Amino acid sequence: MFTAFLIKYAEIAIKGKNRHLFEDALIHQIKFALKKCEGKFLITKTQGRIYVEAQSEFDYEDTIEQLQHVFGIVGICPMIYVEDEGFEKLCETVVKYVGDVYPDRHKTFKVHCRRARKNYPRESMEVNADLGEVLLNAFPELTVDVHEPEILLNVEIREKIYIYSEIIPGPGGMPVGTGGKAMLLLSGGIDSPAAGYMIAKRGVKIDAVYFHAPPYTSERAKQKVIDLARLISRYTGPIYLHVINFTDIQLYIHEKCPHEELTIIMRRYMMRIAEHIAEETECLGLITGESIGQVASQTMSSLIATNEVCRLPVYRPLIGFDKEEIVAVAKKIGTFETSIQPYEDCCTIFVAKHPVTKPNVNIIRRHEKNLEEKIEEMVKTALETEELIIVQ
Amino acid sequence: MEAYLDNSATTRVFPQVAELMTKIMCEDYGNPSSLHMKGVQAENYLRHAKETLAKILKVTEKEIFFTSGGTESDNMALIGCAFANGRRGRHIITTQIEHPAVLKTCAYLETMGFRVTYLPVNAWGQISLDDLKKAMTPETILVSVMYINNEIGSIQPIELAGAMIKQINPHTLFHVDAVQGFGKARIYPKRMGVDLMSASGHKIHGPKGIGFLYIGEKVKIQPIIYGGGQQMNLRSGTDNVPGAAGMAKAAELLYEHYESDMKNLYYYKKYFLDHVRRIEGIRINGLLPEKPDGEGTAPHIVSVSVPGVRSEVLLHALEDRGIYVSAGSACAARKPQPSATLKAIGVDRMLLESTIRFSFSVYTTKEELDYTLREMYDKIPMLRRYTRH
Repeated sequence: MFTAFLIKYAEIAIKGKNRHLFEDALIHQIKFALKKCEGKFLITKTQGRIYVEAQSEFDYEDTIEQLQHVFGIVGICPMIYVEDEGFEKLCETVVKYVGDVYPDRHKTFKVHCRRARKNYPRESMEVNADLGEVLLNAFPELTVDVHEPEILLNVEIREKIYIYSEIIPGPGGMPVGTGGKAMLLLSGGIDSPAAGYMIAKRGVKIDAVYFHAPPYTSERAKQKVIDLARLISRYTGPIYLHVINFTDIQLYIHEKCPHEELTIIMRRYMMRIAEHIAEETECLGLITGESIGQVASQTMSSLIATNEVCRLPVYRPLIGFDKEEIVAVAKKIGTFETSIQPYEDCCTIFVAKHPVTKPNVNIIRRHEKNLEEKIEEMVKTALETEELIIVQ
Repeated sequence: MEAYLDNSATTRVFPQVAELMTKIMCEDYGNPSSLHMKGVQAENYLRHAKETLAKILKVTEKEIFFTSGGTESDNMALIGCAFANGRRGRHIITTQIEHPAVLKTCAYLETMGFRVTYLPVNAWGQISLDDLKKAMTPETILVSVMYINNEIGSIQPIELAGAMIKQINPHTLFHVDAVQGFGKARIYPKRMGVDLMSASGHKIHGPKGIGFLYIGEKVKIQPIIYGGGQQMNLRSGTDNVPGAAGMAKAAELLYEHYESDMKNLYYYKKYFLDHVRRIEGIRINGLLPEKPDGEGTAPHIVSVSVPGVRSEVLLHALEDRGIYVSAGSACAARKPQPSATLKAIGVDRMLLESTIRFSFSVYTTKEELDYTLREMYDKIPMLRRYTRH
């Protein structure tokens, strides 16, 4: 029965002179999201509101789901809209609306009219009172509560008249692309997709880098990362996934450096490589799924060691999260089930039994000197042989 | 170069099989249950398929039932017989090294009030007839033993077991899972005391999604799938005509050159074993004692443990060179648990995760084996340098 949606957005309404940029970005993202749905939609912006009107048959559930993936949307109000054909006709429409949407009408309600078209013959207070009365007559089981109504029936009088009463929550945040772009280190675990989601939610476009270590990691592990990127791209739009073959570098570190420091040194090279790609692709930061103390390489001392190789800021949105909290995010965004498939990633294959938890940066640097002979060439090769996958 | 050495997982379809199936699907696509000409035509293919398979097994075509594959055949044999004979007794005997299609079905039957004995195997993967004899009780309604083990290629003494079972209790049914055995051995159920036998199409260069169950004429069994009453009410569902015809054609082609193919396969197995042994520390699983050439085991399966290299890593390293093998058995390979078969033959815990399987077919060439051996000689020392500490 619904034929349109009012899109509510909160934060971007306060962005002053830049507001239109944010709104246009949001409209762009909505258009992109709705391309995946059946049906044609007209998206319009008037006076601080965005309307999505269906121009053809469409799949209601699917449309809602797609809209719930657009950052910047706080609420989605399914609406009906009618031409203005006189007040009596409007009364009929409103009665029918309440009858259809609320099978059980033992509820309190309030009519809330907004008269944007000021030449409408009745004032909004009058409309509220008159429609309220009509509804009470039609459904004696309804009662009025003007303070905390269970049904807040909105009637907006513009060129057309819009009626809505339900709000479906959106993901919040800001439209992707308004905040620049960042490079996500995507591993295939539970954390990194959640981290990418959280930064993207702040309006940041995401690219990703994955370190592949054949034959120690399998094609399926890579496919899993592609699948994860695809799940994130439902929120962020297309993701450029850079796949780096890391095997030689990893083996070289394994050969030349103390085993307890393998993971830290490996991560330092991952950060260096990620930063290199980030700079080439105009990313303004790196994103990781680290959380303090989760594993040896994520203690504060280890973070100093991995952080110091980058000039770009490293965003770690999960830094204060417990595992359960991270899992909750992963479940919410639908990446959890994919993340827990049991394929090894390159961080676990050679992991030491007792990796260092308090690495000393000076010692790490000294041990990295062991790599001098070949490492630059290897990093160069890794960058040159990257595989770029556009995931959408 | 490409070397597909995972033929126990699945095989390449013979071109003649694909051709026949295309013709059936595109031209003679009728439903055998239809009364018209198109249906009769399709029924002829089905009848011909049954005749072909019956002839190979020296049984009658009324005793061949098409299923969706090996797993369904095993399920039908075990569940169908257990339920139909449950009033006579509630004891079933099988082995510890069966395929999950049998083991998981037995576990289900245990929840339905049946008691199951799982016979152990010796270090080369064979059950002992003595154990079987001791396990038999007047309550035993069914014994299920696989012909060729899918992971290590051991062959069970089916004929002796059949004779013994029938001697102890002629009413006890004997089921043989021959998914790996059919096409690699001459199997004559009636002579071997076998009442039911499972086989699969795609392991013998036929299509996937088709298998059959031989059910001896006198066997008491009930359906596990209900519906339109096809196949004498025992296995409902529209007949898979292209599948059945394709599988029968594949079997026919395979048994046409049986003697020479087997000679070749055993020659290759010996050749491969001789050379793979040169890799330091390597262990070969499932060979009979004092038969280093692979005699008395499956002609197409070689299971090796490579200490110091995880099987998945070796698999991917070989895959990178176009060589396709399996870590354990393909059906279990996606679950990261050590194989029950390898444990049952007492493979060292350290080696469980270092075991890979090569499996050959009539398409396997000496060049493929040489190439594979070369790559192994080359890769294994490198892979051994880098291990988890």
